[in-house]
Amino acid sequence: MTNSQEVASPQHVKDEWFRPLPKGHVNAESVVRPSLSYWKDAWRRLRKNKLAMGGLIFLVLLMLFAIFGPIFSPYSVIATDYPNQNQSPSAAHWFGTDEAGRDVFTRTWYGARISIFVGVMAALIDFFIGIIYGGISGYKGGRTDSIMMRIVEVLYGLPHLLVVILLMVIMGASLTTIIVALTVTGWVGMARIVRGQVLQIKNYEFVTASKSFGAKSSRIIRKNLLPNTMGPIIVQMTLTVPSAIFAEAFLSFLGLGIAAPFASWGVMANDALPVILSGHWWRLFFPALFISLTMFAFNVLGDGLQDALDPKLRR
Amino acid sequence: MGKYIVKRFIMMIATILIIASLTFVLMHLIPGSPFDGERTTNPTIQANLEKFYKLDQPLHIQYLSYLKSIVTFDFGPSIKKPNESVNELLARGFPISFELGMATILVALLSGIILGTIASLRHNGLVDYFAMTFAVVGISVPNFVLATLLIQQLAVKWDLLPAATWSSPLHMILPIIALATGPTAIIARLTRSSMLEVLTQDYIKMARAKGLSPARIIVRHALRNALMPVVTILGTMLAGILTGTFVIERIFAIPGMGKYFVESINNRDYPVIMGTTVFYSAFLVFMLFIVDIAYGLLDPRIKLHRKEGDA
Repeated sequence: MTNSQEVASPQHVKDEWFRPLPKGHVNAESVVRPSLSYWKDAWRRLRKNKLAMGGLIFLVLLMLFAIFGPIFSPYSVIATDYPNQNQSPSAAHWFGTDEAGRDVFTRTWYGARISIFVGVMAALIDFFIGIIYGGISGYKGGRTDSIMMRIVEVLYGLPHLLVVILLMVIMGASLTTIIVALTVTGWVGMARIVRGQVLQIKNYEFVTASKSFGAKSSRIIRKNLLPNTMGPIIVQMTLTVPSAIFAEAFLSFLGLGIAAPFASWGVMANDALPVILSGHWWRLFFPALFISLTMFAFNVLGDGLQDALDPKLRR
Repeated sequence: MGKYIVKRFIMMIATILIIASLTFVLMHLIPGSPFDGERTTNPTIQANLEKFYKLDQPLHIQYLSYLKSIVTFDFGPSIKKPNESVNELLARGFPISFELGMATILVALLSGIILGTIASLRHNGLVDYFAMTFAVVGISVPNFVLATLLIQQLAVKWDLLPAATWSSPLHMILPIIALATGPTAIIARLTRSSMLEVLTQDYIKMARAKGLSPARIIVRHALRNALMPVVTILGTMLAGILTGTFVIERIFAIPGMGKYFVESINNRDYPVIMGTTVFYSAFLVFMLFIVDIAYGLLDPRIKLHRKEGDA
């Protein structure tokens, strides 16, 4: 335990400490240190976390590659090229080719688009449903809250992936389906977090002050409650993205993902399974590597944000 | 406590009912019938088939008989494998999946707690560093990737362990490792962070001051409190492991429930899909119920019948 309140021993106390300062020496009212807003302070602390910054930089690079990789690649994502099938990585095909001669490098970046799109969309939709539902539940309190939370509890008990699988079977495998299926069950976690935060903050003095000035509920929710719940919400979003990416890969791996010529990382890993023993390691290696790295980056970024956005850990 | 258990029990039944109804509605929204095949069936045969599977009756009657089948635990015959009932499939597949799941959770709990505890005791030391690297990597690598790597390296390249099926304890090692790594990593991280918090508390200092042995302090005083968060996530973790078995069973060719489930999805075998979903959901919801009760029993500070609203 650190001993922050250590008292100076008597022999160290010097007389000059107790002399009055000359009058007008300093303006006692002025703020000496620059004022840091919550976000500036969080950013300052996040920047110090090397691992989290590494994750952030990786993700930015990944997004750039996902956007521009397929554009600049001379190969098509879906067009087949049988003379060049099953080639190991070379100067022409950096990540090799698959059994239809498609360039794995191009497909990997195309897969990155799909995976990131699924992850980000799932997180955004969760975010909107979650803050509305959780916000109302927490702010209204009482009976409304109990009823809304009963519903959430029941939904929380549902085995998510089973529901997602069922939905995928019914709606047919497509990108929209995956996102819908993931958000149908996914928003519950967000709603719980928002509600818990709102419940805690709504009793703080600044909210009472706002109320006594006659602020409307909608204003209090928008201006007082939501900005103060943003920390945990953002952390939850950064952790939703990798779990959505994982779920997409998982579904694709079960054969419930997006359809054949198009690629997502899960689909590529699934396609690679039968040929992995014939030595075509690159087929699994690259999609698997990028799934893992992306999950890793989001996880360390989420952890870093959790520390940076928590005012209690402020130093 | 009694009141709480009753309340949780009612919630559990409600959840199962909702899942069952949802499954029913969803299954009947699927376009196409299970008898749509490549060759056209004789209309008389089709009518007879539909009669046999009660597909000719109005929906509400079907729904009622479906609910009855759940209560009596008789999910009827499979459509694609007419000689087998869903019950038979469950009886054959589930014990294997259950074995895999339980072994996984035991391995994950044991190794995760040990790893996390050691890491917390050597805070910022080499062991801590290693354990946390393992934890982050373990969370990041999907289990199907890990499974494929294990087969390729340990089973095929070095020929150390058998790569597929579920016939002897030796066969179980690779699937269990593949499935348990993720949960182990999560448990290790959780144990470590909550141990670090607990170890700074006054009652641990007190126990030290009393002169208790370090082992006793860690096991009796610190771990008991530090493991509460682990108990909390056990329920959701179980759900993850359960769905994880689908993938792992597919990769390792294990004849468990996951194999039948994936098959039934691709075949549109309604009774099997419904039966499996409801059975698995009920099983999971029941486990969550158990975990909740266990949580109340383990932590004396938590009064489970406390009024709602105090987050």
